Amino acid sequence: MNRRLLTRLLGVWTCILLPIAGHAVPVYIGSKQFTESVILGELARVSARQAGIDAVHKRQLGGTRILWRALLQGDIDAYPEYTGTLTHELLKNVPANADIPSLRARLKPLGIGITDSLGFDNTYAIGMRADEAKRLGIARISDLRRHSGLRLGFSNEFMNRNDGWPGLRRRYDLPQKDVRGMDHALAYRALASGAVDAIDLYSTDAEIPYYHLRALDDDLHYFPRYEAVYLYRLQLEQNAPGFVAALNGLAGRIDEKTMRGMNAEVKLQGVKEDVVAADFLGLRADADDHSGLWSRLLQRTVEHTKLVLASLGLAVLLAIPLGVLAARLRRFGQVVIGLTGILQTVPSLAMFVFMIPLFGIGAWPAIAALFLYSLLPIVRNTHAGLVGIAPELSESAAALGLPPGVRLRRVELPLAARSILAGIKTAAVINVGTATLAALIGAGGYGQPILTGIRLDDIGLILEGAVPAALLALLVQGMFEGIEHRFTPRGLRLVARQ
Amino acid sequence: MQDSEPAATSAFAIRQVSKRYGSVVAIDDLSLDFEAGTTTALIGSSGSGKSTVLRLLLGLEWPDRGTVSIGGHPLEPGQVLQLRRRVGYVIQEGGLFPHLTAQGNLALLPHYLGWDAARIGQRAKELAELTHLPLAALERYPAELSGGQRQRVALMRGLMADPDALLLDEPLGALDPIVRHELQDELKRIFAELNKTVILVTHDLPEAAWFAERLVLMRKGAVIQDGCFEDLRDRPADAFVARFVAARRQLPRASR
Repeated sequence: MNRRLLTRLLGVWTCILLPIAGHAVPVYIGSKQFTESVILGELARVSARQAGIDAVHKRQLGGTRILWRALLQGDIDAYPEYTGTLTHELLKNVPANADIPSLRARLKPLGIGITDSLGFDNTYAIGMRADEAKRLGIARISDLRRHSGLRLGFSNEFMNRNDGWPGLRRRYDLPQKDVRGMDHALAYRALASGAVDAIDLYSTDAEIPYYHLRALDDDLHYFPRYEAVYLYRLQLEQNAPGFVAALNGLAGRIDEKTMRGMNAEVKLQGVKEDVVAADFLGLRADADDHSGLWSRLLQRTVEHTKLVLASLGLAVLLAIPLGVLAARLRRFGQVVIGLTGILQTVPSLAMFVFMIPLFGIGAWPAIAALFLYSLLPIVRNTHAGLVGIAPELSESAAALGLPPGVRLRRVELPLAARSILAGIKTAAVINVGTATLAALIGAGGYGQPILTGIRLDDIGLILEGAVPAALLALLVQGMFEGIEHRFTPRGLRLVARQ
Repeated sequence: MQDSEPAATSAFAIRQVSKRYGSVVAIDDLSLDFEAGTTTALIGSSGSGKSTVLRLLLGLEWPDRGTVSIGGHPLEPGQVLQLRRRVGYVIQEGGLFPHLTAQGNLALLPHYLGWDAARIGQRAKELAELTHLPLAALERYPAELSGGQRQRVALMRGLMADPDALLLDEPLGALDPIVRHELQDELKRIFAELNKTVILVTHDLPEAAWFAERLVLMRKGAVIQDGCFEDLRDRPADAFVARFVAARRQLPRASR
């Protein structure tokens, strides 16, 4: 076959395939775990729909790092971000006051585009109850220096970010010792109830007027500007130019007051984000996401069970052979049980985040993380079950002249079956609980309403996730007890009774 | 002055075997022959090495030095599984698998050897007759059997594939005196009917004398005396043998 024909064939194929690929794959939009970001995500989705582009919003993913990585890897195509986060957190060696055109130049080699400012600056601020601030005579952040006994409660991200508490403490030379990290939505309640005296807040937060808070003056100009923008993959300029145009069309249209108003609608009046977004764009909200409680529950149950079953199934396939090997080879056993034990100590959120570079976002990284968590209980119980077999029994099997494989299948594994099943049960119950965190990396499940409920301070929503999760855990526990009863040979139950 | 070639009729031969567990010497330069079709009792105190002899013959332990041969062939790791199938092994309390019924225990090896269910059932019935086990007991789990029945099933399991030899390690050690006495009678009858090579480990001298023509008294991994009961009683090789023979309670005489 000559080269020209080949080239031409390839060309034809590309012409056929490219448009298919372009239409079949929707645009993925991400958002962070707080209301404003979710609203901006919805705005992007509804604008895309307006432009005739199929878009999916993966809402309230775990945090800046998760979204940034997902964007770089192409797991999402766009998400709302703030310039201050880019200059201080995501990009290295960028001047703190870099403007959007210079950021655009820095992002371009990464394959990332940035819109102009959406029209508001949502900077960090330190807030106190207005009456308390007045009583103590605090108006500026510098005034905090004189009150070393104040208790500070900061969002976990603010606690650790370069442009958060560590830098603020240095700049203002703040003496406070009682500083704790908490969820941002909970921090307002802690402040209102007097459990803490000052918190970090975003200047567009709806709660500032609602809770009668005072944002202290940043008199040393520590906090950078946090102009809201959309980041998107530059590839979209070819694949979905209409979407890029829609995102850019939102630039300059949302001022601080409008944003605070939309935040208040969602957080204080309980209006859904998609309704708020559609209102802003002068549209009617689509029916999406307004399904009834039962169909929501069903969908989440399917998602949640899928995570648990897939991770557990894979873990059983690997962990039982590992446990058998561990029981055979003492050294190897120590190493395997040690390693799986270390995996168990990795904090769950960290484990989920570690999986993102390998598996992107969504169900797969969650399954991988849950899989790793399931290994230890199953390996350890398989090992313990086999090692715990009375030596005269293993020896009787050997003395019969049965080969090792038959001994394992017919004698040793049945004798260890109870212990192995107990290990699988432990792993399953832990998985049902841990899988609620998978919503942070876009895997859905019962964690989704819990996250939203925490964000919106809505107990009903939290229960909508927590109650089914608890019920599922009980169900799994009960099912395994049934399986245990069925699969434990009658002879062993007789022995246990004696 | 021992011959290094095993005798032609030897079922089992141990040649200059030593075995240690860490610093403990279990077997010390031991040589022993067991002739085909005879019954031998290995006796001695706990830790004398008598059980280790059985384990060496089955390839459950390997000697540090010396050789073990079965039917004139040296025991090698590659053939040990086949050789074990030619030898029945019965231990104290039977070593029955608790997750299988008596029948399941019996069927384990024949099933692996490819016997069909009818053949396995037929053989189990034969052996139940031989050992006087009620057929109904075959459907029960070990936990549902009496101690005596368990030992009968263990013996049947050892005999399923019709081995050339039977090795028994304290087979009656855990039974009460009445059952034990009854099974001693039956085992002796069974050994006589089967005409197999039997090696029985016990620490009970009367039991050894009841079963075996040849008694091998061991101490600290070596043979102290090898002969019939009368030899041990009338011509003890040393003071230990005399003590071992004498260490029996007489029942108190009825008072007049």
